[in-house]
Amino acid sequence: MPQVAMTVNGKPARGEVEGRTLLSSFLRDNLGLTGTHVGCDTSQCGACVVHVDGKDVKACTMFALEAEGAQVDTIEGQAGADGSLNVIQQAFQDHHGLQCGFCTPGMVMTAAALLKETPKPSEAEIRDYLEGNICRCTGYHNIVKAILAASGQDAGAIAAE
Amino acid sequence: MPKDSGIGASPKRREDVRFLTGTGNYTDDINLRGQAYVHFLRSDVAHGRINGVNTDAAEGMPGVVRIFTGADFEGVGGLPCGWQVTDRHGEVMQEPAHPVLAQGKVRHVGDPIAAVVAETYEQARDAAEAIEVDIEDLPAVIDMKAALKDGAPKVHDDLTSNLCYDWGFVEENREAVDEAIRNAAHVTTLELVNQRLVANPMEPRVAVGDYSRANDESTLYTTSQNPHVIRLLMGAFVLGIPEHKLRVVAPDVGGGFGSKIFHYAEEAFCTFAARQLNRPVKWTSSRSEAFLSDAQGRDHVTKIELALDGDNNFVALRTDTHANMGAYLSTFSTSVPTWLHGVLMAGNYKTPLIYVNVKAVFTNTVPVDAYRGAGRPEATFQLERVIDKAARELGVDPIALRRQNFITEFPYATPVAVEYDTGDYVATMDKLEEIADLSGFAARRAESEKRGKLRGLGVNCYIEACGIAPSALVGQLGARAGLYDAATVRVNATGSISVMVGAHSHGQGHETAFPQVVAEMLGIDESMVDIVHGDSSRIPFGMGTYGSRSLAVCGSAMVRATEKIINKSKKIAAHLMEASEADIELKDGQFTVAGTDKSVAWGDVTLAAYVPHNYPLEEIEPGLEETAFYDPANFTYPAGAYACEVEVDPETGKVTIERFAAADDFGNVVNPMIVDGQVHGGLAQGIGQALLEGCVYDADGQLLSASYMDYAMPRADDLPFYSVDHSCQTPCTHNPLGVKGCGEAGAIGSPPSVVNAVVDALQSGGHKVDHVDMPLTPSRVWAAMQG
Ligand code: FES
Ligand code: FES
Repeated sequence: MPQVAMTVNGKPARGEVEGRTLLSSFLRDNLGLTGTHVGCDTSQCGACVVHVDGKDVKACTMFALEAEGAQVDTIEGQAGADGSLNVIQQAFQDHHGLQCGFCTPGMVMTAAALLKETPKPSEAEIRDYLEGNICRCTGYHNIVKAILAASGQDAGAIAAE
Repeated sequence: MPKDSGIGASPKRREDVRFLTGTGNYTDDINLRGQAYVHFLRSDVAHGRINGVNTDAAEGMPGVVRIFTGADFEGVGGLPCGWQVTDRHGEVMQEPAHPVLAQGKVRHVGDPIAAVVAETYEQARDAAEAIEVDIEDLPAVIDMKAALKDGAPKVHDDLTSNLCYDWGFVEENREAVDEAIRNAAHVTTLELVNQRLVANPMEPRVAVGDYSRANDESTLYTTSQNPHVIRLLMGAFVLGIPEHKLRVVAPDVGGGFGSKIFHYAEEAFCTFAARQLNRPVKWTSSRSEAFLSDAQGRDHVTKIELALDGDNNFVALRTDTHANMGAYLSTFSTSVPTWLHGVLMAGNYKTPLIYVNVKAVFTNTVPVDAYRGAGRPEATFQLERVIDKAARELGVDPIALRRQNFITEFPYATPVAVEYDTGDYVATMDKLEEIADLSGFAARRAESEKRGKLRGLGVNCYIEACGIAPSALVGQLGARAGLYDAATVRVNATGSISVMVGAHSHGQGHETAFPQVVAEMLGIDESMVDIVHGDSSRIPFGMGTYGSRSLAVCGSAMVRATEKIINKSKKIAAHLMEASEADIELKDGQFTVAGTDKSVAWGDVTLAAYVPHNYPLEEIEPGLEETAFYDPANFTYPAGAYACEVEVDPETGKVTIERFAAADDFGNVVNPMIVDGQVHGGLAQGIGQALLEGCVYDADGQLLSASYMDYAMPRADDLPFYSVDHSCQTPCTHNPLGVKGCGEAGAIGSPPSVVNAVVDALQSGGHKVDHVDMPLTPSRVWAAMQG
């Protein structure tokens, strides 16, 4: 079986994969990074979003071999070394932006990519950017609020308008 | 000043940290040493006779461990139905067998025919493709009314027809209702479809079976809302494993919404195969498989008639519903259109005469069972739609018509067998008018019209029966289980506490909310209390989480167990302080003797319980651990009023939700932040039903909406910020917390207000439209506008 090597959350990672092995399976099964979730088989749900070379990517849409040499960042690499939540994670907790938690890793990774591109997104820009991430629990209200808050905006005031 | 801890406070959820850092432990994250993987070969036809399954070629494929077919399950039990409905003639329902793997016939697309166990998933899948199945196609029945016609193909050859039951409720009222309708000043009639939905928790189902031959012990890790229910059903009815040899673990579960209540074939298979093969066997559903194998929801076709007198008082209500069961009876399927639907038909109104007829029908489709709200959304939708239609026909304000007919005195015995303990429908409607700013609607409509859009306002009320359920009552009604719950409060020597609960949290935040209650009762810090759930070997026999029951039923058990702890710890404190037990008070984690300055701390008492050197051993046992089982005296009845404002694009029929407001009465609220979140999520599912979602089969029984490309899940840009309020609180009168449950309200209460709003918008544009069936897709709305 072919070998693949990449950098995951800043550390070298390698493994044997089949040609058909998806990046999401490689992360979960080979590396044991089970924070990347798989919620569908048609690349619709976004539970699997990771960053590949700084861009948000659905890890189920990419073969592991395609990530050869890439810098991959997953939810497991987001908190500080001491376990402290990053700004986005903290905002999700503060605003109750998660319930069952299954969509959450993808939501956090997607939100991080959005805020990198658009540091102060509007409500509409947030909703638009989340098009590819399905949450069945929260009705999105508190996810949108959390992302507004993470960008330093007054989420409460905007949501109440 | 909002509290910062205890009942009524909103501490941040402690479970969030693991979910936000990717360190949750969902079932698919569990991998056992030596595990094999199973792939199910599923029927691709809706109805067929299995003439043969040839596995010879597949057996020789790389990595194949063993292939199972229906023949391997002869002599093994089938999947049981938990509720036996008695029909209007006093006959019990028709109840077909439901084998783990199909035997003789396949009855829906997705029915499992064979199971390939292999060393890897890929090998299992590859080998499944080499299985030769000889299936003779049979004509499928998909439409319920066609399924009931004489000579229709039968889903189950050994039943007399495709009718599961013909239920009448309350049968004795039938003639009086008919008569009242015949003589009424006005009768409004509405025919509607409450379309089939798919629950779609974002985590697909997973099962891992494990077996220890040395101890003859089986363990099933599964995505379940109720591990003890699965242990009971699978152990006693399917596999014949006694409870002490069977452990069921439901770890972190990624949403359920009802679809993870039921006992599924894949769970029984993995447990069975692990025993046969003496190694762990794992199954992970793909989303495509989930569409074909998770029990689906709703699917009612209804005719409802509301009779009013000359003063617009409701005088009688009659409904005629066909409810789709699908091909087999899923665990609680039969109770949904009956006891969770018929008994709610009074809604918030004092209609004196009600008769509900439900025909449950077998079809060649995926089984249907409870989905968020389960029966109550169907009841609410038809009732609130017909009231709206009546108001329009009579030219009266829909809110005024509702207010005029509200139940205002409690307790209130409905003509459909239940007694509402408490409520205040006027208060929630007043609150709704305020938070939805209904007085500003006319100006907003004018503004929309300026932009060429039609704007509509829809309002409705809802009531639901939660806190499921009083065991003796549901036993009379056909339930084959008790519906109490249980909690064990284990106080450790240093005063920290583990509470083992029968409820299961799969998004509801029990790990945060339940400690708020215990900590407040004891006056200690919440961080000293942890909740243990989801593992039958660690928790007492409780019935799990569904029907908005966790806090009302399991929370009540937890309160009772904590009261026992308080009683015992007061005895210990009395001994330590050489005082009379009657004089001991517990406040802020300190025991004091009334009228003195004597005190001992919580931790001193708990330590004395476990190091009983100075202890009343002749009177009480050492240790501090108590269990309580709680069986509710009644259902709880959350209720509320919802308002939706939509804009309709007259060019395209596209509907957008502009505003949505929900005023709920959940009784007392333990954690307002979590309650808001539950309502938000329910609203999204209800709005999803109203505008987007629908499960579609073609005439041959092929599921056309079998992926997220075809089944329209609500996305962030389909939904607005919601305005929710639960400050109207009439506490439940019969449980110790005064709570009613909030998990399903949003999904129950929102679909009618969306449809009412769209009808209002279309009528404001001069279109003679009085109903559009959900989902209100642009094409349906546009077609309705064309007449
Ligand atoms: S698992 Fe990747 S988008 Fe659904
Ligand atoms: S929190 Fe459950 S799917 Fe989003």
